[in-house]
Amino acid sequence: MNNDKLIIGGHEFTSRFILGSGKYSLNLIEAAVKDAGAEIITLAVRRANTRDRENILDYIPNGVTLLPNTSGARNAEEAVRIARLAREIGCGNFIKIEIMRDSKYLLPDNNETVKATEMLANEGFVVMPYMYPDLYTARDLVNAGAAAVMPLAAPIGSNKGLATKDFLQILIDEIDLPIIIDAGIGKPSEACMAMEMGADAIMANTALATAGDLTKMATAFRLAIEAGRHAYLSGLGRVLTRGSSASDPLTGFLRD
Amino acid sequence: MENKFFVDSEYLSPQALAKKHLLENDPSSRLDHMKYMKGMEEINSDVCSKVIAAMDLYDYSKYTAKDVKAALDHEKCSVDDLKALLSPAAMPFLEEMAQKARLITSRHFGNTVYLFTPLYISNYCENYCVYCGFNCYNHINRMKLSQEQIESEMKVIADSGMEEILILTGESRSKSDIEYIGNACKLARKYFRMIGLEIYPVNTDEYRYLHECGADYVTVFQETYDRDKYETLHLLGHKRIWPYRFDAQERALMGGMRGVVFSALLGLSDFRKDALATALHLYYLQRKYPHAEMSLSCPRLRPIINNDKINSLDVHEKQLCQIICAYRIFLPFAGITVSSRESAEFRNGIVKIAATKISAGVSTGIGDHESKYKGKNSDKNQGDEQFEIDDSRSLDKMYVDISGEGLQPVLNDYIYL
Repeated sequence: MNNDKLIIGGHEFTSRFILGSGKYSLNLIEAAVKDAGAEIITLAVRRANTRDRENILDYIPNGVTLLPNTSGARNAEEAVRIARLAREIGCGNFIKIEIMRDSKYLLPDNNETVKATEMLANEGFVVMPYMYPDLYTARDLVNAGAAAVMPLAAPIGSNKGLATKDFLQILIDEIDLPIIIDAGIGKPSEACMAMEMGADAIMANTALATAGDLTKMATAFRLAIEAGRHAYLSGLGRVLTRGSSASDPLTGFLRD
Repeated sequence: MENKFFVDSEYLSPQALAKKHLLENDPSSRLDHMKYMKGMEEINSDVCSKVIAAMDLYDYSKYTAKDVKAALDHEKCSVDDLKALLSPAAMPFLEEMAQKARLITSRHFGNTVYLFTPLYISNYCENYCVYCGFNCYNHINRMKLSQEQIESEMKVIADSGMEEILILTGESRSKSDIEYIGNACKLARKYFRMIGLEIYPVNTDEYRYLHECGADYVTVFQETYDRDKYETLHLLGHKRIWPYRFDAQERALMGGMRGVVFSALLGLSDFRKDALATALHLYYLQRKYPHAEMSLSCPRLRPIINNDKINSLDVHEKQLCQIICAYRIFLPFAGITVSSRESAEFRNGIVKIAATKISAGVSTGIGDHESKYKGKNSDKNQGDEQFEIDDSRSLDKMYVDISGEGLQPVLNDYIYL
């Protein structure tokens, strides 16, 4: 397992849990790093404070990769502006694209996301787009230079689990980039299932932020993700049975 | 039970007093409150008719405990469910409503609470709104801050750590014109990350100008959605024109503002109908402008200078809590602001249930931040306050208190694009 690395944009990670940022409090960051083993933490650029009080950057431990996101952007141009700002304030080259034109469901706009991915990949960013799980969009994102694809499992904050399960499986099967399941995962068992299906990593926030015991839940997610990954690597998660096998070989008539 | 709003000032001239009495006593002396004045833009929106139709048909007495239970059981809250939750039949279910509201709030907002502070830059007003401390017949110290004074106030506020500011004025186009407000926004850009406006309603091109100056959120209190009641409370001035005020949020969005805030001042009229109309105003406008960020404010009527008897009548804390919970269950994504009109105890409690934004370090007076924040006795002129506040906690105190409740205070979650 030690050789089982998650590679995004040429960077290697051991952990397959990514902490989302929407609702975090500062003690959530601590639990995510210590107990869930997160090596990547997203940061909404619009939440990044420049003042002394509550500067989130001060709470991110060394060795953790910052994944700034473009939340607040309503189109590709705005996402690009936020990404450049993130780089300027020292958040590095990683960028998670989030483009929403709906304040009710916060669903990502796939078209604008493809545009932004291309622009930012051309500027040398490691681009990780949040998207609605659509195969054609995922392929466009690959062609646009994305470093990973981050499809949603359910509406953000809904804790509804793998509502888009069949479509996630298609992306996992067809797309060669890392597939990181983002949004909607409410329980460790759902994270485990997504990993069994072959997802490369899980991103969660609300599920931890709203848990009764943050530390315990962070640990539970780490264990669930590890269990799912082990199951996937062992091959069990990929057993597909389509019909039953005939007792007499169907190809017995072939002579040479 | 009614509030006694009319107060005569000994400082008014006999002519002014005569005009005031005429306005108060003779409805025919007042302008048609449904007819636009010259210069007021008409956008022919369909939102108003939908809201009014639903409000006029709302008979909250017909809802029963069964309807309320069904509303609480439904995964998605329909408009009819909202009506049940706002009805008197829901009062015995307040705890259940709060539990459900808390769950929804935590899903959408986690445990964060946003903090902001208002800055009044002028209290001149050309309206006669009988319940408001700034009304043109009320004898108060009037003041309009100069650019230098605005900047000095902003520095004091920014030094306290605040990153979001809400700029307010009385409603006087002559004393606080658009350019004056725009300049205040430009100054605020130097000191704050987020700038909201609560000023008199303006036309789309004016909202666009103010957006370009740095403002991105517009709050307009409709006060009451009951047009007949509105007519009896807003006797003089531009504010008298009810439909122009109703469409202000839509004009602000058309002008490029990112977000808008809706509100009825609870206690002016039938609060259940007003709460329904406020929620539906937001709901229908969100459907039309899905990208926009929508929030609700939940103020209750408060005493003012020269009339300390004004109160929120039948809207007690329990009713206010009921309204806020119903808002949350119906509109899971909407921000909810609870102002310093409410007590520290109420605000500490309500942020754990449904409110997502509260003010701190509040003054509703003009030019008094230095004396209030730094305890200095100022010999400078100060303008009187719009209403009495109940929660005077500073940003530091609020930060500690909110953290102590297990919540995460947030000073900014915004980027100007």
